[in-house]
Amino acid sequence: MRSALIADEVRVPIDRDADIVIARQKGRELASQCGFLSTDLAVVATAISELARNIVRYAARGEILLRLVNDNGKRGVEVVATDEGPGIPDLPLAMQDGYSTSGGLGLGLPGTRRLMDEFEIVSDFGKGTTVTVRRWKR
Amino acid sequence: MQVPILKQGAYLIATVQSALTDEDLKQLRDTLVVSVSKVRARGVIVDVTALDVIDSFATRTLRDVAHMIRLRGAETVIVGIQPEVAFSMVKLGLSLEGISTSLDLEEGLAYLDRKGKGPEREVRTHR
Repeated sequence: MRSALIADEVRVPIDRDADIVIARQKGRELASQCGFLSTDLAVVATAISELARNIVRYAARGEILLRLVNDNGKRGVEVVATDEGPGIPDLPLAMQDGYSTSGGLGLGLPGTRRLMDEFEIVSDFGKGTTVTVRRWKR
Repeated sequence: MQVPILKQGAYLIATVQSALTDEDLKQLRDTLVVSVSKVRARGVIVDVTALDVIDSFATRTLRDVAHMIRLRGAETVIVGIQPEVAFSMVKLGLSLEGISTSLDLEEGLAYLDRKGKGPEREVRTHR
């Protein structure tokens, strides 16, 4: 997948509430270009919503990069959520259902992993977090 | 984006018209909790047919609405959750356990009517 061809991309800066809605709408548009079915559109939009909210809540600002990707004819959508926030001190804990440091439901990261086909997270404590997720067209 | 709230008989009907930000959701929650006593509503319907995403924050806020309104002595029904939205919610790990839901507005109204005829109506007359 690392060699995947990038067909199209959209960058959405995230620094307030309303950007969460913008990011998921842009993601939905992009995924529908790729011919995703309505269930997959909702899945991708929901994942983007969770990732964007994490940025607003924990890092105040960051960016969501949305891409159409093509891996040997397999088409999909990639979402890269990046911030330069405080980072996640304990990743395995953050990936557990129900764990939250902000009084939320604690389903954002583990739930996003369940929604998408691929999930990668890199977090440097004190430097920021990057979450990359992909969903392939069925 | 404000959510219009209509009064129909003993019920309040909030119809979400487009995507809501977190701030909009909180405002809807706060408005409903106050309005329920202003108009002495016995039931509240939140119609989410227009929502294409119900994420963790929206779920938590809808759950809070239902719990707060129950504490105020009325019932809440969430209506119109779309099939793909339901699918995403379950995958994400979200549930509306303990919260009443109905297929659409019509079913939601019928549900509240049935509830209103139950024994708890008697209890609610003691204010």
